[in-house]
Amino acid sequence: MEKKLKVAALRNGTVIDHIPSDKLFKVVSILHLDTCLNQITLANNLESAKIGSKGLVKISDRALAEDETNKIALIAPNAKINIIRDFQVVEKRPLVLPEEIHEIVQCSNPNCITNHEPVSTRFQVLNNNGETVLKCHYCEREVKLEEVRIK
Amino acid sequence: MPSPKASFGSRVGWIYSYTMSNNSLVSIADYSKEEILAILNSAADFEANPNRKTLDGKVIATLFFEPSTRTRLSFETAVVRLGGSIIGFSDAATSSSSKGETLNDTIHMVSCYADAIVMRHPLEGAARYAAEVSPVPIINAGDGANQHPSQTLLDLYSILKTQGTLENLTICLVGDLKYGRTVHSLIMAMSHFHPIFKFIAPDELKMPDEYKVFCKKNNIPFTEVSELTDNFNDADILYMTRVQKERFQDLMEYERVKNVYTLKNAMLENTKPNLRILHPLPRVSEIDPDVDGNEKAYYFRQAQNGLYIRQAIVSKVLAP
Repeated sequence: MEKKLKVAALRNGTVIDHIPSDKLFKVVSILHLDTCLNQITLANNLESAKIGSKGLVKISDRALAEDETNKIALIAPNAKINIIRDFQVVEKRPLVLPEEIHEIVQCSNPNCITNHEPVSTRFQVLNNNGETVLKCHYCEREVKLEEVRIK
Repeated sequence: MPSPKASFGSRVGWIYSYTMSNNSLVSIADYSKEEILAILNSAADFEANPNRKTLDGKVIATLFFEPSTRTRLSFETAVVRLGGSIIGFSDAATSSSSKGETLNDTIHMVSCYADAIVMRHPLEGAARYAAEVSPVPIINAGDGANQHPSQTLLDLYSILKTQGTLENLTICLVGDLKYGRTVHSLIMAMSHFHPIFKFIAPDELKMPDEYKVFCKKNNIPFTEVSELTDNFNDADILYMTRVQKERFQDLMEYERVKNVYTLKNAMLENTKPNLRILHPLPRVSEIDPDVDGNEKAYYFRQAQNGLYIRQAIVSKVLAP
């Protein structure tokens, strides 16, 4: 009987590629893959011509919701998401930060009203001299993308 | 929470655009240049004739969740001189928030009684949130270290009165430029009027990068220095702020800085004749009392200007 590796191909599902190695387990966490019952393949510290060392996630029979891809955009903006059907890539979903982020980010300012009252968070996505920052709609503090805390 | 006004494309549930449902004043950035100038004109009218009965029958709530002297008294005086009535509290310990009531509930309850709410709150963003949930206008009288727009407007009014213009002025901001909300809001408000800024602060309290980025984006020239002496001889406005002891990890450093940033009368000798010294008050040691008698000292009259500005603000938010 021919032996096949399960990681070789995905019939249906989602592949997240080009995740920086130090962000792989953050992606696992924000997608709650630790409690996901679908077949999941994780790979890390793979050689990458683009980013040196990369991670990879394959999730069977699951298409990511838009808010999930946006969460990934916050922590791994250069990752690639491919939607697979019948072993074919049917969609390459670009990771683009929207102009405003609602609910999924927690304000890092401990004195912000959103950390004390049941208030939905809102952040504007701004470009400060080439650096992406999030500005809290309420306390107006800016936070760098790499310092963002995801709920 | 108001309903989302619009969403973009398929990102429903992700991107929202809200507008406040009333005339609230939360941040100086809420006002355009034209609105700022209209407020300043209105303040001049109130200065000429502060006692009117335009708020007859109106009830204004002043909710001060943390202490304030000048701001609360000047707002309450403004309302009383316009014929309105005041309800509220000046200490959160005497309000239902001490029993665990949420800000949302407090605002909804008070809005049943009052036509507008003046609020100071220790949490940043509290005023924006209150404005979103309130059916009546909210006037932000300070939310933590974030915004204090009525202070900014009275600063602008003081600058306009003393200089005759807001355009092309050289403004030195001195002291705690890192945490001082008044200097941050002043930069944003003055950005309409082609200022030149000089930031004078110890390394520990330097102007945050985001405000320097804001200046660059708006083509506002600025310089940064750490010494006060002889660095404001070209200034039109010297805006002093309090260097707060609790901001320093090293108290020895605080003692050194505190004395370096004390303005003394002798230091004003070579300054421009039109220079005026502003301070949001209260001061501690950053302006020596020997400056008070100098005609360039304007900080007490600046506080008086707060009354006229707050009359103008209350009138604007309650305008039909």
